[in-house]
Amino acid sequence: MLEFPRWKIWFVSLVVALGVLLAIPSLLVGTTLASRWPAWLPQYKISLGLDLAGGSHLLFEADARDAQKQRLQSMEDSVSTELRREPRIEVGDISTAGGRLSFLVRDPTKIDAAVGRLRNLTQPLGLTGSRDWDVQVMDSTRIVMTPTPSGSARALSDAMKVARDVVRRRIDPGGTKEITVVTEGNNRILVEVPGVENPEELKRRIGQTVRLEFKLVDLDANPADVQAGRAPPGSQVLPMADGGGFMAVKRRVMVSGDQLTDARQGFDQDNRPVVELMFNTTGARRFGRVTQENVNKPFAIILDDKILSAPNINEPILGGRAQISGNFTVQTANDLAVSLASGKLPVKLNVIEERSIGPDLGKDSINKGVIASIFGTLGVVLFMLITYGRFGVYANIALIVNGFLILGIMAVFNATLTLPGIAGFILTIGAAVDANVLINERIREEVRRGRRLIDAVETGYREAMRAIFDANVTHVISAGIMAYFGSGPVRGFAVVLLIGVVTSVFTAVYFTRMLVALWIRRARPRVLPI
Amino acid sequence: MKLLRLVPEHTNIDFMRWRNYAMVVSTIMTIASLAFTAYRGLNLGVDFVGGQVIRASFVQPVNAEQLRGRVDGLQLGESSIQEFGGPRTFQIRLPKPEGNDAAANVAAVRVQKMIESNYPGARIDAVESVSGKVSEELARDGAMAILLAMIGISIYIWFRFEWQFGVGALVTIAHDVAMTLGFFAFTRLQVDLNVVAAFLTVVGYSLNDTVVIYDRIRENLRKYRKMAIIPLINLSLNETLARTVVTSMSVLIALGVLMLIGPEVIFGLAIAIFLGVVVGTYSSIYVSAPVLVWLGVTPDSFIRGDDKDAPETQTA
Repeated sequence: MLEFPRWKIWFVSLVVALGVLLAIPSLLVGTTLASRWPAWLPQYKISLGLDLAGGSHLLFEADARDAQKQRLQSMEDSVSTELRREPRIEVGDISTAGGRLSFLVRDPTKIDAAVGRLRNLTQPLGLTGSRDWDVQVMDSTRIVMTPTPSGSARALSDAMKVARDVVRRRIDPGGTKEITVVTEGNNRILVEVPGVENPEELKRRIGQTVRLEFKLVDLDANPADVQAGRAPPGSQVLPMADGGGFMAVKRRVMVSGDQLTDARQGFDQDNRPVVELMFNTTGARRFGRVTQENVNKPFAIILDDKILSAPNINEPILGGRAQISGNFTVQTANDLAVSLASGKLPVKLNVIEERSIGPDLGKDSINKGVIASIFGTLGVVLFMLITYGRFGVYANIALIVNGFLILGIMAVFNATLTLPGIAGFILTIGAAVDANVLINERIREEVRRGRRLIDAVETGYREAMRAIFDANVTHVISAGIMAYFGSGPVRGFAVVLLIGVVTSVFTAVYFTRMLVALWIRRARPRVLPI
Repeated sequence: MKLLRLVPEHTNIDFMRWRNYAMVVSTIMTIASLAFTAYRGLNLGVDFVGGQVIRASFVQPVNAEQLRGRVDGLQLGESSIQEFGGPRTFQIRLPKPEGNDAAANVAAVRVQKMIESNYPGARIDAVESVSGKVSEELARDGAMAILLAMIGISIYIWFRFEWQFGVGALVTIAHDVAMTLGFFAFTRLQVDLNVVAAFLTVVGYSLNDTVVIYDRIRENLRKYRKMAIIPLINLSLNETLARTVVTSMSVLIALGVLMLIGPEVIFGLAIAIFLGVVVGTYSSIYVSAPVLVWLGVTPDSFIRGDDKDAPETQTA
């Protein structure tokens, strides 16, 4: 007991000092002292959860049906593009019914060639030899392409990664804000934005799925058919954005918003707001080629399946730059530019959970939480003092050191303090003394049994250790499960409990043991004041 | 300085004498709690049933009836209005929007606008909307977490002690959780995510006492191999009584302060743990110990016990 080697004393003191040092920056936040904290000392700070800092929490889920539809559509486009290349293979209308592509090959002798070319459009998955689409021949004239489940899963996970980046760019085009955008599970995206931002505005910005396409106008369509919604094969009927009727356009996309490198709001020569587009090389090349081939014909600028305008191609557009006009205001042109530049959301996202906390409520909570922590600690400290005297003082020093250690460790790991986390902190204060209670009661007992002073202290620490160990493992189990299953605030609670269990064993057992040993060595007491 | 002794030095209380009565009472209480919970149901928050909640603070005390009338006037379905920690703070709850997936909080936005226009200076503290899908998952995860924690801790106790102790732990936790559930069903306090955290904490902490007592029973079983089980348990309970009381007091002091002056949002969490600690203190004496008697724990239960000791801690 008394042999507490010097290196151990140094070690324990060092850990304590380090904990206090790491905790201080978090405690100074918001006070005038914060600026006086020397820059060469650690600057780690605990981050505040949304329930304390205020802000919005949005959970999105990918619309599975939409994802599948988009996948079918893009495969449909690839198929028709591929089969139209030389040597051309004539096929009938492509049906997307039943979640698969199915079409007739007009010349049955070419069916094997068609299957071979279509197989090249599919992607292998890993090393298993399976591919993301199944290509099969039915009735020796019809080709059926079915998405495989693992292919769909891969497509979804790719789409989620892209969607995550797109969402981030849409909320934070500058990349400067402290926002969280993470994928959760295989089809969800969690967005957390601290501060006062209006959640409705956020949702609007994220949810805007802008699909920009350029398609040629189908001049052969019969106007009466078009107004009735019928289009010739290979074309489709789309409404005009201004509500002025319908127009038939070729299904084939000339260039789409995917091929943009940038989009900005600008003004045309008449000083009306427009959106200026810059295409990437492929986009620029295709745009150039199609406009060259179709001079003096109109093309449609289509936004979300509505035709913005259908200007005439007066001359080939070669530089990879274009501008689109419509009835824009500066604001709407700017919004459109941001959504175009941030890329296309590969899948529709639905909000399935939304929470927003006002910053004032957070401040109230922090104030009340801090006051409750202070008074809770004071109450426990007083109780320990009148119950155990000198040994209570040691328990109290350990308690306060424990508080610093918890904060310090949280700061280093940049853990998030939530409102339940504050409760966890207070609870840990109450429970941390349990180890000291166990030790002190055991010492009292051993003294009563007539053990000599040093022997009683030593036995007390040794015998109590077993119960302390087992009791803390039960906390670790429940807190660990909480951290695993819990979301946001609850996880914050579990983290504080977990850290508290570890630090409280250190402070309550090793640290107080050192204090007691040093005191006995120095004062050589004859009776224990316990 | 005269030190406070909540428990006199030499207690010799015959706790086990009332073990049968206590067991009857505990069993009745547990069944009653569960039956009451099943019959009346819990006041589940939007976290678990989906829906929308708006919390607002007003400059002046607000007439709840008038506010209710205004919310009903918006015709957003069945809404409920509740004071939240004072007459100036209200929680307005709206049913979950149509469809299971979307958490379209159109309704919440309309209530927000109504409040802003009718009560100048009012502050919208929080808006939450949870879809049916998410709430189902949260409820499932919460129940799962509590169940797993119960089983996990019992298995740990079984490994560290003997199977009888593991069963005792499981029965004790089940008793404490049932009581806490009954309390929530009775008081109609709202059960939200934080309360699940409280339940898990109760699971962990209610076992704290039990583990300390079990540890002492094990120690005494090895020390006094001739002593009958009932006096031995009584001895162990008396020896640990002071510690039980002091620890429970210190936890209750901390939680009491949190309950009385802490943030309103976590009142449910604080009161659940507070109650759990009280119930856990009782059950560690009158549930977990008698179970050992019935399961026939004897000194021989630990015949191989020595190698099961805690890892030898260093003695400096």
